Amino acid sequence: MEQLAQFYAVYGSVINFIGINALLALSLNVTLAAGMLSLGNAAFAGIGGYTAGVLTVHLKAPFIISLCGGTLMAGLVGLLLGMPVLRLKGVFLAMATLAFGEVVRIAAVNLDITGGAEGLTGIPNITQTWMIFLALALAAYFLAALRRSRIGWGLVSIREDETAAACLGVDITYYKVVAFTIGAMMAGFAGAMYAHLNYLITPRDFGFFIAVDLLVYNIVGGTRVWYGPILGAALLTALPEILRGIGVAAGPIRLAVNGVVLLLVILFLPNGLASFFTRWRPAAAKAGRPERI
Amino acid sequence: MNLLAQQLVNGLFIGSVYGLFAVGYTLVFGVLDILNLAHAAVFTLSGLSAVWMVQAAGMSIWLAFPLATLLAGGLGLLINAAAFAPLRRRADSQFSGLISSIAMAIIFDAAALGLFGARSVRFPAGTVTVHVWQIAGVTITSLQVGIVLVATLLMVVLTLFLQRSRTGKAIRTVAENERAAMLLGVNVSGIIAFTFFISSALGGAAGVLYGLYFDSLAPDMGRAIELKGLAVIVLGGMGSIPGAILGGLAFGLSEVLTVAVSGTSNLRDAVAFTVLFAILLLRPSGLLGRGKLREA
Repeated sequence: MEQLAQFYAVYGSVINFIGINALLALSLNVTLAAGMLSLGNAAFAGIGGYTAGVLTVHLKAPFIISLCGGTLMAGLVGLLLGMPVLRLKGVFLAMATLAFGEVVRIAAVNLDITGGAEGLTGIPNITQTWMIFLALALAAYFLAALRRSRIGWGLVSIREDETAAACLGVDITYYKVVAFTIGAMMAGFAGAMYAHLNYLITPRDFGFFIAVDLLVYNIVGGTRVWYGPILGAALLTALPEILRGIGVAAGPIRLAVNGVVLLLVILFLPNGLASFFTRWRPAAAKAGRPERI
Repeated sequence: MNLLAQQLVNGLFIGSVYGLFAVGYTLVFGVLDILNLAHAAVFTLSGLSAVWMVQAAGMSIWLAFPLATLLAGGLGLLINAAAFAPLRRRADSQFSGLISSIAMAIIFDAAALGLFGARSVRFPAGTVTVHVWQIAGVTITSLQVGIVLVATLLMVVLTLFLQRSRTGKAIRTVAENERAAMLLGVNVSGIIAFTFFISSALGGAAGVLYGLYFDSLAPDMGRAIELKGLAVIVLGGMGSIPGAILGGLAFGLSEVLTVAVSGTSNLRDAVAFTVLFAILLLRPSGLLGRGKLREA
């Protein structure tokens, strides 16, 4: 027990960040499940985090209001953004959400209420480890249930073949906007938790490279099962610590090993780390890349 | 008025570097429909190695520039062999290719940090002799003119190469339809590797020119241009080479004009990305795109 306490004292912050990153990765997984590549989820986390921070710091709102406010604000922005943007596909959707993310980041740098480039400080530290992991468990359960629901199958059908899904009466736009908004709300919630964990949030915490990290967690972990993104986030968040533990010095070497691990996972585990736990139907793996016209 | 003219001229110079960077980006996208996110890392590594060649190895910039460009091309071959070729037959090659190129970018960034250190460096004074001209109240340096000339030359050569030469035609065939190209006897994997070589060489050349223009190179300089490059190729139309050139110039001009109009540099990128967002919604194929939305 004492060893456990000691372990927590040393690695508590890494454990917390694993939880937050896993929540963020799950939020992206909702949209990926429908084949939509969004690079806006870091920005949604930023909206949630800043809303929660502003509610607490400037309006003295209690923790629970601040969390709900962050979640709802991100969801609202997600809904408003989703309706025009989700007509785009593939790389174009990624670009549009990327541009949106940059605008949000620049707004956070330039507004007074967000504290500018130095960020918003003085957010009370309320988030506890158990809250993060309770939220993560609920989110994972929710996603697993969503996948088995009518909406979940609708999203999978959109990913596999959008035209065919539309012909079979799947309301494409509605399903996409629902998935996008759910993802935005989860990201906003994770951002709000992060704001109350870290005391300080800055625009850099929610930039383009964080959005890319979320995608990396999903692909490395495996996008097709609910625990894939969690595995990816856990491995990649802990990797720098693991490398330090086995004596890889900081700096360029550790960075390089990080990159090599990522490359090896992508090359040799096509369905991510989750493929250690699941047997895939060969047909699903072979359902080839659509013929380019 | 003079200030505005000066800003326009500056925008033109920096825009030509953006264009050169984006042409390499868009070339790979046009052929493979895949974004190579390691492009910015090649840009950085090539710029930094050019500084090393001039400073430590004592080469003239006229030798270091082509050498760094060739080195960048070699890195492109490496990216293709390690990150893209093994994934080509996979169902989700768009996503996994994106990730493996990120992995290569991390490895290259680590190499840049390990080889050249984290501090920002610059070309030694006198690497290029700079003349300063005053034309109608606008200051132009010979360095700026040289950068535009080199960038234009490279883009013209690339365009002629793609339109006239047999290899260039093969590249365009592969871009249009891989299977048909194979049936016509084109060595598809060879052509793809060669495309990566050209693309990265152009990105590397842009890195050297960028370093000369701003007189400062750091291991993280690729990060700033990576997003701008993406914006430029969307603006011009994904896969369109003249579009990337025009997009680069437009982006450079919009940057300096925003600064000139608003008086601060804070909003510089905001305007650019708002324009990008609007273009995606109103005209997703870009300014010079092929007028069709590619399937995801």
